[in-house]
Amino acid sequence: MRTALIFAVLLACVCFGGCKRHESAKNAREIVIGEFTSLTGATANFGQSSNKGTRMAIDEINAAGGLLGKPVRLITEDDQSKAGEPAIVVRKLISRDNIIALLGEAASSRSLEAAPIAQQNKVPMISPASTNPKVTEVGDYIFRICFIDPFQGTVLAKFALGRGWNNVAILTDSKQDYAVGLSEFFKKYFVNNGGTIVSEQNYSSGDKDFKAQLTSISASNPQAILVSGYYTEAGLIARQARELGLNVPLLGGDGWDSPSLVDVAGPAMEGNFFSNHFSAEDQSPIIQNFIRKFKEKYNESPDALAALGYDSAMILADAIKRAGSTDPEPLRDAIASTKNFPAVTGTITLDEKRNASKPAVILTIKDGEFRYVETISP
Amino acid sequence: MSWENLGQQLVNGLSLGSIYALIALGYTMVYGILRFINFAHGDVFMIGAFAGLYFHRWLSPFLAGLPNLLSALIILFCSMAVCSLLGVIIEKCAYKPLRKKGRLIMLITAIGVSLFLAYTAQLAFGATPRGFPPLIDVHTFGGGSTPAVTSVQIIVLGVTVALLLGLRFIVMNTRTGLAMHALSLNPTAAALMGVNADSAISFTFALGSAMAGAAGVFYALFYPAIDPFMGLTPGIKAFVAAVLGGIGNIPGAALGGVLLGVIETFVVAYSPNIGVSSGYRDAVAFVILILILLFKPSGLLGKPENEKV
Repeated sequence: MRTALIFAVLLACVCFGGCKRHESAKNAREIVIGEFTSLTGATANFGQSSNKGTRMAIDEINAAGGLLGKPVRLITEDDQSKAGEPAIVVRKLISRDNIIALLGEAASSRSLEAAPIAQQNKVPMISPASTNPKVTEVGDYIFRICFIDPFQGTVLAKFALGRGWNNVAILTDSKQDYAVGLSEFFKKYFVNNGGTIVSEQNYSSGDKDFKAQLTSISASNPQAILVSGYYTEAGLIARQARELGLNVPLLGGDGWDSPSLVDVAGPAMEGNFFSNHFSAEDQSPIIQNFIRKFKEKYNESPDALAALGYDSAMILADAIKRAGSTDPEPLRDAIASTKNFPAVTGTITLDEKRNASKPAVILTIKDGEFRYVETISP
Repeated sequence: MSWENLGQQLVNGLSLGSIYALIALGYTMVYGILRFINFAHGDVFMIGAFAGLYFHRWLSPFLAGLPNLLSALIILFCSMAVCSLLGVIIEKCAYKPLRKKGRLIMLITAIGVSLFLAYTAQLAFGATPRGFPPLIDVHTFGGGSTPAVTSVQIIVLGVTVALLLGLRFIVMNTRTGLAMHALSLNPTAAALMGVNADSAISFTFALGSAMAGAAGVFYALFYPAIDPFMGLTPGIKAFVAAVLGGIGNIPGAALGGVLLGVIETFVVAYSPNIGVSSGYRDAVAFVILILILLFKPSGLLGKPENEKV
């Protein structure tokens, strides 16, 4: 009897609580946007940067009077760069905070974990920087505002061939969808256009010792090495390669973009190249304006992730304005019809596969700074 | 393909193994006396690396005039001192009150201490990986057809051997070492003979943690990206090394560490020969652990123990 009573009370709480929350979501006096990102853990730099960009965008939107006459509130959850966490925090954002849209993640593996949940609950999700093609294939509520790995892989292969490096070794982080995809697309274009892959090696995120792989690579005499993975390992790889007397240039993707890269590798990073979403040296007013505002607010220079985080929030805001509503379907259609949006990381038009096609820039590391080399268009 | 670069891979494996050996010593010494696995040991190792980073920052104005090697040694000893102090504090606060409550309770407490240290470090030092200064000038010897060896590898190997010999001397030839021995053989009898258990146990923690601190600094020199969770994997690998060598046995821990380092490196280098991806390096450590526990639970150098643990 007593158990039944307690159960009934609990049930009532759940019901009424649920109803009340649902109602408050509809009549909300504010627009709640969720963000899940890696503020801590192995790729903490990514999460912290994109979060800074996103917050700056939300502050600007609120300073300009909010959206649809309501203020915007950003709720950020940290997924600790760990597999498994994104699902937990995204479910929390959707069911407890009643978010109308979701922004995140940089790492493709973690975006892929959250995307099915967002799709199922009809919450539009915009990834600022996940470049693996599978992310937006999850469903029609999943978008991204960056280029994808087939393009990035091609860009790097073109760049390597353009420099006359026909024998390239590949070192891939086999734990990350992003890195595996990037290596695959690099290889495809590179081999089809006359290049030879002389050695293929793997490692796992979190590894610290790469000398065994690098020793094998060094025996194959490559002219360059593609280090497909994230910045933490890339920095260590550069350092250990130089220690082994392997002095060929290293190539990387946008996963390298972090101040930690140079901090860890020091002089070993000099003269290496990576592809990225934007260059801070670009003199166009929209980029310079963004850099100035970012420096004023955070007292540091923005990296590509900060710019992408900023853009993702701005594109969402633009779509909410055009949709005139925060209901799932009109909002989804409004994001999908984004056309020629003047973003910091380039003019963004979303294609029918919900991907943005944008040019990539190649950067090099000189005197510890990222320097612009060239722009390669799709 | 096949067995090319054997010499270079051996050098790579030895330098990785010497670090595992240093960490494994702490596990084995504590196990030898208290019969429990101190899972917080990996995090003491992490603190050692961060202590090295901060001592380098604070002391570099004073050490500027000194030769490179000497200033590196001073920083190393400072980090070791911090770690041994930390080890003693952990023992006094977390383990001593529970010593009579059974090993399982201490084991779970050790996991709690480990998480406490890692997250406190995250709060204090931030979550992003930090670079570590090269305390010693890096020169590469050899390369090309002969194995490339760096000055850091040589010095680390040398200091590791010196630390191991020093440790052996303390354990075998001093009164405190004798007390540790007596405790590990029979705690009750040792207490009856007037051995001060508390101070011997504290000393064990201090010594083991100092080794972990040294390992932390060396690890950071080899792999200069340090973060609050860096202790996790090496900690577990060193535990495997300690079991491999025979837990409770000091030369066994050193042997187990070196072996594990070499085996791991060889797996990465030569497993593609038999069609296995080189990403399986971590799995190998645990496969070894399982095999040892199945076929020789006392480890390579350990003596079989009748008591159930």
